[in-house]
This record gives sequence, C-alpha cells and structure tokens, in this order.
Amino acid sequence: MAQPLVKKDDDRDDEEEYSPFLGIEKGSVLQEARVFNDPQLDARRCSQVITKLLYLLNQGETFTKIEATEVFFSVTKLFQSKDSGLRRMVYLIIKELSPSADEVIIVTSSLMKDMNSKTDMYRANAIRVLSRIIDGTLLTQIERYLKQAIVDKNSVVASAALVSGVHLLETNPDIVKRWSNEVQEAVQSRAALVQFHALALLHQIRQNDRLAVSKLVTSLTRGNVRSPLAQCLLIRYTSQVIRESGTQTGERPFFDFLEASLRQKAEMVIFEAARLTPAITVLQLFLSSSKPVLRFAAVRTLNKVAMAHPLAVTNCNIDMESLISDQNRSIATLAITTLLKTGNESSVDRLMKQITNFMSDISDEFKIVVVEAIRSLCLKFPLKYRSLRGGFDFKKAIVDSIVLLIRDIPDAKESGLLHLCEFIEDCEFTYLSTQILHFIGNEGPKTSDPSKYIRYIYNRVILENATVRAAAVSTLAKFGALVAPHLILLRRCLYDIDDEVRDRATLYLDTLASGESEATNDQTDEDVKGFLFGSLGIPLNNLETSLQKYEVSKEPFDIASVPKEVKSQPLVEKKAAGKKPTGLGPPASKPTSAVDAYERLLSSIPEFSSFGKLFKSSAPVELTEAETEYSVNVVKHVYDGHVVLQYNCTNTIPEQLLENVTVLVDASEAEEFSEVAVWPLKSLPYDSPGQTFVAFEKPEGAVSAGKFSNLLKFIVKEVDPSTGEAEEEGVEDEYQLEEVEIVAADYMLKNERVDEYGLGPRDSLSEAVSAVINILGMHPCEVPHVPPLGVFIGNAKVLVRLAFGIDASKHVAMKLAVRSDDPSVSEAIHDIVNG
Amino acid sequence: MVSCPSIKNILLLDSEGKRVAVKYFSDDWATLNAKLAFEKSVFTKTQKTNARTEAEITMFDNYIIVYKFIHDLHFFVTGGDEENELILATVLQGFFDSVGLLLRGDVEKRTALENLDLILLCIDEIVDGGIILETDANAIAGKVATNSVDGTTVSQALATAREHLARSLLK
Repeated sequence: MAQPLVKKDDDRDDEEEYSPFLGIEKGSVLQEARVFNDPQLDARRCSQVITKLLYLLNQGETFTKIEATEVFFSVTKLFQSKDSGLRRMVYLIIKELSPSADEVIIVTSSLMKDMNSKTDMYRANAIRVLSRIIDGTLLTQIERYLKQAIVDKNSVVASAALVSGVHLLETNPDIVKRWSNEVQEAVQSRAALVQFHALALLHQIRQNDRLAVSKLVTSLTRGNVRSPLAQCLLIRYTSQVIRESGTQTGERPFFDFLEASLRQKAEMVIFEAARLTPAITVLQLFLSSSKPVLRFAAVRTLNKVAMAHPLAVTNCNIDMESLISDQNRSIATLAITTLLKTGNESSVDRLMKQITNFMSDISDEFKIVVVEAIRSLCLKFPLKYRSLRGGFDFKKAIVDSIVLLIRDIPDAKESGLLHLCEFIEDCEFTYLSTQILHFIGNEGPKTSDPSKYIRYIYNRVILENATVRAAAVSTLAKFGALVAPHLILLRRCLYDIDDEVRDRATLYLDTLASGESEATNDQTDEDVKGFLFGSLGIPLNNLETSLQKYEVSKEPFDIASVPKEVKSQPLVEKKAAGKKPTGLGPPASKPTSAVDAYERLLSSIPEFSSFGKLFKSSAPVELTEAETEYSVNVVKHVYDGHVVLQYNCTNTIPEQLLENVTVLVDASEAEEFSEVAVWPLKSLPYDSPGQTFVAFEKPEGAVSAGKFSNLLKFIVKEVDPSTGEAEEEGVEDEYQLEEVEIVAADYMLKNERVDEYGLGPRDSLSEAVSAVINILGMHPCEVPHVPPLGVFIGNAKVLVRLAFGIDASKHVAMKLAVRSDDPSVSEAIHDIVNG
Repeated sequence: MVSCPSIKNILLLDSEGKRVAVKYFSDDWATLNAKLAFEKSVFTKTQKTNARTEAEITMFDNYIIVYKFIHDLHFFVTGGDEENELILATVLQGFFDSVGLLLRGDVEKRTALENLDLILLCIDEIVDGGIILETDANAIAGKVATNSVDGTTVSQALATAREHLARSLLK
C-alpha cells in the first residue's frame, strides 16, 4: 500500500503546486494501461488511467507509433465493460489517438453495435467516433444507420449524425448527398438544434444550386425557426440569396425577414441581421451597451462600413467619441480609426489631441492603421492642416505620424518626405520646421533621388526666419556633394543678417570644400560625415552655459541684406488704429541692474538653468487688491522657449505662517504653453516677502500669447504672536488671485521711434498701404492681442504701427511707429521709408 | 462563401497561462509550438484585463477571442475574424457555466484537474470538429453527467469524481 501523497485535510496552504498529475510520467502511465487487459475490468481504475493518458496528450506529450498502437489495442478491450462512464472515456481516447485504417477495423464492429444501442448517449457518440475514423468503404456499410439516426427521435443522436454529415461531406460528398431527404425532414424538427444542424448540412449539400438555396430560404423564412443559431444561419443564407440574385423581383419577403430579425429577442440574431444589412441605427445602439462584446462587435462592424461608406456612419460619431476612452483598448482603437474616417473638421482637432496620448498604448499593428488613417485625413483636409493657427499639437501630431510612417513602412518614405517638405512651406511653427528639416537632412540623402528635396530646403534658406534658415543650412550640408553645383546659394548665406546662419554657412562651405578637394581621402570623408551627422559628446546645457559666459560684440547692421520676403503670421483685415506714440529719442537702455538681479535669481534654480538667456522681464503686475491678507504680484520672465512666472508673495497676517506656497495655474486659455516646472516657496512668515515660480514651455521663437488664471495654494499654521512659535499641524487652504496675461508686447524690448510722413497723392488708401508695404518689404498681418501691423524680421523683432490718413485732396499722411529690440533696425526702417 | 459558425479552439488555461485543458478544431496551428505560441499571446494580451464580471473580447492576427476569468482559471473561445462575436460569446458562456455546474460551483484549477475527465467530456459536448453542438449549459452538463453509471445526476457524478480523487491519493 502506498503512502498518501498529501494529507487530505490539513495544509491547504501547501496546495498551490498540488496537482493530481504531479510527477506524472508517460512511461509509468503506459505501464498502468496494462490494467486494460485484465479479465476482470475495474471500470473506475481504467477511467483514471484514460484520464491520465488524455492529460498527457493534452499537455503536448507525443506517443510514438508503437506506443499509440499498443494503447489503442488495449483500449479496444474496454468495450467489454458495460460501465457507461468508462465507455464515454473510451470514445474520447479513440478520437484522440486517431487510429489508422487497419487499426480502425478492430473497433468498427463494437462501434456499430453501439450505434444501434438502446442507450441514446452510446448511439450519439458512437456515430461521432465512427464518422471521425472511417473511410469511404466503411461509410457505405454504415450509411443506412446514419440516415436513420438523422431522423432519430432523440435530438442528441440526430444532431450527432447531422454534424458528422457536415464533416463527411468534405471527404465523401456523393454519399452524403444521398441523405437529402432525411436531412430535409430534420429541418422540420421541433428540436431547436437539430433544425440548426440540418439547415447547415442541407445548405452545404445544395450550396452550388442557387435555386435550391433560394427555395430553402423561402420555405423557412415563412416557417418556424426554432433557435437563434438557426436564425443566424438563415440570415446569412438570405443575404447571400439577395446578393446573388441581382434582380429586384421576389426579394421582398427576404428583406422582410431580415428586418423582422432585427426585432428578435436574441442579441446574436439582431446583430447578425444588423451587420449584414447593415443596420446602422441598431449598431449604434449596441455602441453604448454595458457588455464589452456587444460594443466591440458593433464598433468593428461600423469600422468596416466606414471604410467604404464613411458618410453612412457619421451619425454614430458622438457615441464613438465616448468609446475612445473605453477600458478595452481594441474597442478604443477601432473607435478612433473609424472616427478618423468619419470625423468632420471640428471633431478632428479633438481627435488629434487624444491620439497623441493614445499611440503609446496600442500595439504596432494598430499603430499602422491609425497612421494610415491620419494620412488620408490630411489629404481630406489639406486646407485645415496648413492654415490652422494655434494648432500646434495638431500639426505636431501629423508630423509625428508621418515620421512614424516613414520609419515603419519603407515604401512610404519618399512620399512621406515630400509630404514633410510641403508641410514646412506653410508651417508657422519654427520649432516644427527645424525638427522637420533635421529629419529630412538625415533621411533625404539616403533615398534614391535626394535632389528633389533640395529645392524645398533652398527655399527655406531664403524665405524663413533665422532659426529656420540656420536649420536649413545644416540640412543642405548633409546632402553633401549633391549640393555642390548649387553652392552659390550657400555662399549667399555668408551675407545673412543672422550670426548663426552666417557661421553655419561658413563652416559647411569650408567642410564641403575640403571634402571635395580631397575626395579620394577616405579619412576626410569620414570626418565630414561624422561632423555633419554625428552628435556632440558633451551635454548641450553645459555648452550653452559656457558660451553665454563668453562675451561677444555685436556686428554692424548691414541694411542691404534685409530680406525682401519675410515669413509672417496669417492675413486678416485690419485698419490701423491711432495710438499715441510713447516716446521719441534715443532708445532706452536696458534696465541692467534689475535684469541682472532677476537673471541671477532664476539661474540659481536648477530647473530653470537650462532655459538659456533671459530675454526680458516684465514689470511686476499686482494680482491682489490693496489691503488684502496676502499680497501677490507677478513678474513675467521671457526666454526663447520658455516663460517663467515669478509670484512675489507677502503675508500680512501676523498670526499666520504659510508653508509650501505654490500657485496652481490654469493654462487652458494659453494653448501654446505647457507647464514644465514649479518651484514652491517653502515658508512665508509674516511680513517677509518670498517668491514661488511656475515655468512654462512654449514654441521656440514664437510670440505666444495666453491667459493664465492663478490660485494660491498653501498650508497655513497658526502662530502665537507673543512667542512667535507656530503650531505643529497646518491646514490646507487656497486663495484666488487675478489672471495673468501674456501678450506680444511682453516679447518686445522698448526701442521705439515714431515719425510722420507725407506720401503725396495716391489713388486710394489701400494703394498707399500697398506701396509702403512693398517698400518696407513686409507683409501686413494680424496678431491678436496686439494693435494692427506687426512683423518679425529674423531674430530682431520689429513692431511697426502704421497710421494712415487720407484727406480730400487724396493726400495720404502716414504715421510710422517702429518698435524693435534692436535700435538700429528701427532707424533702418525709417530710413527705408525716407529714402 | 457563406459559412456555418465555426469555432477555432477552446482553451482553459491557469493563472500563469499554462494548459489545464485545450482543444483545437482548426489546422491553423499545425504544430505544438504554434499552439503554445498562440496560447502565450492570448494569455499575455488578456492578462491585465478584468474579465471577471463581463465576458471580454479582443482581436489579433485575424482572430477574435472572447474570454472570461474566474479564480485561477482563464476560459477562452476563438473564432475567425468573419465570425459573429455574439455567437462566440454564447459558446463561451455555455462552456463557462457548464464547467461551473459540473464542478458544483468550485471552479478553480485544482478542482478542474481533479475532474479533468469531466472537463474534457464537457468540451467534447460543446463543439464537434468546429461545429457548435450545444450552447445551453444545463444541456451540456446533462450530457456529460449521464455518462456516469446508469445515468446518474450531477451530484452523483461529483461523488464519483471525489472517489477518483481518493483513489489517486491512496495509490
């Protein structure tokens, strides 16, 4: 007697690893199978062994041919037992062992006997086993039993025979077709699933005969359909008939049937009808089901429909949008790709924002689907994506998706790069343009015909602001020898007004020249390539800091090379307003001491040290009224790619100590800004002012405007005024402050010069305006929050205000106010007008 | 080509993705490795979802998989991507509920392995060669249970199962 493996009642905790098959091994089980040969069969024991064998097979264990044959032979002996449980296991294992033709003979007679047994389960299962293992000749022998079984009173038996018929139809179609009459009878069966199986078999038999199928469908659509599964079959056959018939005659009853199916109780029936018609309204209802399977089924179907007929699905857009945040990511992905097809211009913006968050979540195969959808969307709304102001996220998302496409689908590279080239022709976001140029520089030279991109890049060298021009120069250099015939344009860059552009042009011209002259020298070639495409070994922040410490003197301003074409903000109508000029005379010098102080303060905060040179700090703006408990004003510090809001706080309550003071800023009305850092004020005691900072990122070089609402948040602790000691515990509190606005003027250093001119007789005011504009070489534009005309030349920002007046004699007078951070530019513009 | 609803496989995996009982009805996974790879994908993809209250559904490689979890058991039913998802869900529900009946509510890996014969018979009574035989849990459990000695009820079948267990312990 063996010892028990595990005590039954105690140590339930030990049971994680316990399995009845622990330590099971094929060899020993095969040994055990010898019990099948015992003259006195122990049914229970034999069942156990079979279970073990089945377990092994299920776990992937393989039996050799010999082993399988041996087991099979032993198993056949088990037919001697009358135990039905055992018999059932025998049926299972015979099917698993898949005996060969000569082995099958041994069990055929036993199985045939069972096929005629009084026990329904024996009849049903024997049929199924036999059908699985016999060949054509044996089949003819048992054919009549099968035909009888099809119309057997017992539904399990009938189903077994019918299903077996479906399988046998593949290998022995001629034989099975002879059973049509019996199958036809079975279709009328009261038993739900028998009808289903009979219908499946009959359709299979008749599927090449269109008329027969049509008749079949007709008879049943009028009659009784007894199970949802049968109804689904019928729906499929009906739509097949409708599709194949082509003509309109006689189809009415079929359509009626489909329509009626939409109103059935069983969901699988409703859905089957809805997906085949397709019934969009029904599918739309499923979109808001609580069951994930229904939502998925509906959105998948609608997705397919939308690919071919997007307009049909637009009604579902709202429901779809709520699916974007579905817990089930497959559903969410399908919803998004559908919306990309069916969305209109307004919903597209919302979508794009969500897509950027979403892309990291989904699998690669879905990513490609989404990217493709975005691309076709871009083609659909070209105007939209080109002229969208304030749509930085949107454009960035598109660019990201095109880059993804290029990366993942090599065939898309050429058209993707061209797309990007066209994109930068109209892109007003310097940051994006420079990124794209960098990307083109890396990918373009590798393509089969890089020269086609060069034209676009040259245009950027001529047309854009300095940052983009500089980037374009670098990009050109990467095209290396291809650029050589056109070096003349690079040479022109040597006269660019911007330091950076000139320096880069010089550098690359030298590099390329040296590369050319020693073309045979591989080392130089390597150096050139490494220089152009390699990356710096040192962190950029450090480089920047050391460069800033290095003093550079400004170069003389060369007026002759003020570019004629200047990149501007989108056009809008606006008449000049008449504003009083703020002052004449020599440009105000920078308030050096205040700026220096701020600069020192800001660079002492590690988070802000990487922002670069502080461009301008505003005067303090009060955010609280006088005589309030807490007095807060804000100073706006402007950098090239960041803005830092410095909140100067004073606590006027002696009985309070404030700790962990921060400002919670709501930047929802400042789309181009994103919060990147907060520097809290640890302690704000009575009457001792302190600062807390919030930093935002904004597109580099852009004049981003926005409104920020502010909420002062802090922990307040009671202070005993006599001792000056504060309580241990504090209470969280908040205090509403005024809003802060950032406007274009914040980006201007005041160097203003105003003058009046007579322009002589002109035909009209607009003609006068055009004339002046041509002379100045600028484009009129409108920047919201800023009075009329504003223009930016390279890195020297210039604000030009033109006030025109025309009198009765058509003489035009013009008042020109120029404000710029480079005083010589203001001078220059006035000179242009004068001369 | 209009086709009869067809099931590609039924899988019962444990909470680590290992097989308890599986049955494939399609040649799409010809080798053992292909099958194991599929089971791994399915398991990993669905691992983090919560499919304990409602049946969940996912799709990959042109297959639709509906699934449900209880305790340390993961039930999966797979169909092709042309299939009616609700039909697959009905099959899953039939499988899930009949196992529950057969294991008398004690649906966990241990019990399933101890009654592996019932589980295998159960799967056998749901799908034959890919064609759905039965979706009603009572009918399915009934067909399995009546195979015990003299058409006994489920509870007696359970008693039989317990006997099996006792015997294997004393081996």
